[in-house]
Amino acid sequence: MTAMESVIGLEVHVQLKTRSKLFCGCANEFGAEPNKHTCPVCLGLPGSLPVLNREAVRLGVRVGLGLSCQVSERIKFDRKNYFYPDLPKAYQISQFDMPVNGKGFLEIEMAEGPRKIGITRAHLEEDAGKLLHEGIKEGSLVDYNRCGVPLMEIVSEPDLRSPEESHEYLTTLKAILQYLDVSDCDMEKGSLRCDANISVRPRGENRLGTKVEIKNMNSFRAVQKALEFEIRRQIGVLEEGGKLIQETRLWNESRGETISMRSKEYAHDYRYFPEPDLVPFTLTRSEVEAVRKTLPELPTERSKRLIQEYGIPEKHAFRLVQDKKLVEYYEACVKEKVSPQLASNWILSELLGHLNEKGLPIEQSPVSARELAGLVHLIENSTISGKIAKDVLPEMLTSGKSAEAIVKEKGLVQVTDTKVIEEAVTKVIQAHQKSVQDYRSGKKEALGFLVGQVMKETKGKANPKIVNEILEKKLKC
Amino acid sequence: MPDSSLTLKEAIALAREEGPQKLIDSLAKRVREVDGKVNAYIHFDPARIERNKAAGLLHGVPISIKDNLATRGWETTCASKILAGHVPPYDATVVAKLRQAGATLFGKLNMDEFAFGSSTETSSFGPTRNPWDLERVPGGSSGGSAAAVAADEAIAALGSDTGGSIRLPAAFCNVVGLKPTYGRVSRYGLVAFGSSLDQIGPITKTVEDSAILLNVIAGHDERDSTSANVPVPDYTQALKRGVKGLRIGLPKEYFVKGMDPEVEAAVREAGKIYQKMGAEIKEVALPHTPHCVAVYYIVAIAEASSNLGRFDGVQYGFRAKNGSLREMYFETRDLGFGEEAKRRILLGTFVLSAGYYEAYYRKGQKVRTLIRDDFEKVFKETDLILTPVSPTPPFKLGEKLTDPLTMYLSDIFTISINLAGVPAMALPCGFSRSGLPIGMQLIARPFEEETIFQAASVYEQETQWFKRKPKL
Repeated sequence: MTAMESVIGLEVHVQLKTRSKLFCGCANEFGAEPNKHTCPVCLGLPGSLPVLNREAVRLGVRVGLGLSCQVSERIKFDRKNYFYPDLPKAYQISQFDMPVNGKGFLEIEMAEGPRKIGITRAHLEEDAGKLLHEGIKEGSLVDYNRCGVPLMEIVSEPDLRSPEESHEYLTTLKAILQYLDVSDCDMEKGSLRCDANISVRPRGENRLGTKVEIKNMNSFRAVQKALEFEIRRQIGVLEEGGKLIQETRLWNESRGETISMRSKEYAHDYRYFPEPDLVPFTLTRSEVEAVRKTLPELPTERSKRLIQEYGIPEKHAFRLVQDKKLVEYYEACVKEKVSPQLASNWILSELLGHLNEKGLPIEQSPVSARELAGLVHLIENSTISGKIAKDVLPEMLTSGKSAEAIVKEKGLVQVTDTKVIEEAVTKVIQAHQKSVQDYRSGKKEALGFLVGQVMKETKGKANPKIVNEILEKKLKC
Repeated sequence: MPDSSLTLKEAIALAREEGPQKLIDSLAKRVREVDGKVNAYIHFDPARIERNKAAGLLHGVPISIKDNLATRGWETTCASKILAGHVPPYDATVVAKLRQAGATLFGKLNMDEFAFGSSTETSSFGPTRNPWDLERVPGGSSGGSAAAVAADEAIAALGSDTGGSIRLPAAFCNVVGLKPTYGRVSRYGLVAFGSSLDQIGPITKTVEDSAILLNVIAGHDERDSTSANVPVPDYTQALKRGVKGLRIGLPKEYFVKGMDPEVEAAVREAGKIYQKMGAEIKEVALPHTPHCVAVYYIVAIAEASSNLGRFDGVQYGFRAKNGSLREMYFETRDLGFGEEAKRRILLGTFVLSAGYYEAYYRKGQKVRTLIRDDFEKVFKETDLILTPVSPTPPFKLGEKLTDPLTMYLSDIFTISINLAGVPAMALPCGFSRSGLPIGMQLIARPFEEETIFQAASVYEQETQWFKRKPKL
């Protein structure tokens, strides 16, 4: 069988951070007691009418500009009709043929280099309510707080070719949305949700295979895993001579597989038609330009600047900019006049490791950017070695003390006194004659062992650079 | 003369002098006496009437409301079983404006279920009967409103008009019904039928009353995006302007074969009266008129099918008790909606469904534009259009109920007005030899209701048809 490739497109829904809902004045707030933020409009009571929240349109345009989309001048809404208890009007006000944002793109960084992923459209619509089943003996309850919260649906072109790329796309998209400050992008709270469309085809084939839609993925990891499973499943079906059917499947996290939900024959006919309760209106060029003027520096630009301004490796820059909070932490740290390279090293390889273990996001780091800069500073001016610093950081994280305080308290100040180091070196040379012989007979790697022994002798406090110098000098004679 | 027979203007004067209580009592007495025959009210309880003590133009005068307008604390059922027991927590904008102006809410009036009909026979509360002949229909869908005003069971009422629902019953009951320009009156709180066609308007005993009530309810409302931000003049100022020099067009498409000759004669006679009073009468053409019924029944029912989706038993109104969600939906809608509502939901669902949308809804919208253009063209050479309201005087109960197509044709002279969004008034224009009311319709340019009032008022003063009362 020929090599297969997967073709993936993602549909991302993000809740926009407006003060009030899309079509009424109710607060757009997560976590309130059920049905607190409701009114005749978002409850869809008979006779109520929607009124468009212009702030949501501005945020929508912001998303579009951040994704290099063609922003439409004419804003029109349509009704998407279907029945479900969380949808009190039995239609969702959405945008069908005239989305606020048309074609755009974003760039993802893969090991092989950057890839441009097309955005088909990004449109405004209202969120539905939420059914509650837990702890209820009979039937279900509905919480309409979420009903009418503004959503932006961002649809990608089927440009993604692997689960890894899909994961990268989501990470990049989330970063952009966070930079734009339009959404919390919190998948756990449901402010970012993702559905995937995936098909497989023989590599080199231009036609698309049979498309399957996957829903119910609750993290970017889950999206990646679901896609990996689905690719294996689809290829498996084809290899066994079977035929794929166009269907919607649900990702089951605990079973690690997708399960068929409904096939195409049962697909909804949403009977879209223009929403007669909202008059189409024109977005003037100056309104769009006003939004453009407020756009922040976006991840791609920022990583370019970081590389240029601080001379950090590309890889570091990409990783830093993917999380707005992380790069802000980094730049706050650098502001304290420490080596930018050292700082990015310490943040990416040490600090994040510890935070991940604790399950903390960067913005909840017990060590502030300023405090981390304090540690980096001590390394930079040779007060402590990197090795010692690796012990100091966890101490900082748990005790909340500054690096300086810990170093002082524990007497960890680096030994730079050549006399002390010379004594230790002499001791080590005497104790490890064999290694000394090895070194002198050309086995240069023996030096590393001897350095290690000297460090051990000085309880790790000796300045490694001075140790090296003295050791080499002594071994020569 | 009992207080219940007062016009709105007279009632305001009376209430200003001696308070509205006597008036309210007199009206309640009248309802008790005659509503058993007419069945105009579906939610009426004298004990629940709260006299409005707010100072305002209306001085506590009782106003009656069609049952598709949300009234806080009062059942609002659209005469449908599916909304049985539904009490809105809010007032429609027009209701709030009435209350602010000092009106006392008197009762909720019968209608065709969800305003689907031209005879008020599809109400789940039983049909309203025409006070002029109890064997005949009052027209619909605001049949309760028109019958109540005609039978002196209401001083004045509000109705709603999607394709003639104010004007047809007004014509059938010898009262004045105005469908304002689309956007003139806020629709907020009007249970939607065809959202792009619906307008709320007054049904009154006289043209002046109509102007008084429109003054109260018209205006921009930030809760209704389709309401227009156009200044509201004092409509009563237009009443005395006369018609000298006014150009009035009679569209040839509205005087068709098969229409009742008495109706045609009455409307043509009105044209002659206008001519005598100094207006210029001319024949005009609205060539797309033959397509109006078809376009209307596509656009209106498409929107209706979507608007009525919310009546699903989940949040309010009637819910059939049943197992699964699917079954609950099916049972609730099957038992809750009447035949005509189901027919329109099915047809509307069909015209919007994939594969048919282009052929029906989209095409319908295109023809709608042509119909609108017809009016625009005619209004370049005329100031008003004069037509009949209905091809026939009121028909008998049950006569058209089993034949929806014939029923739909009772609206042929009124629906084009909603499609075009222009204002139109139905007002008394005489009686048939058998004593049944005949109405005429005056149509004006968008937001030029004043021209209608101007012409309607002088004709009314000249003919005094409104002074005739049905014997009950």
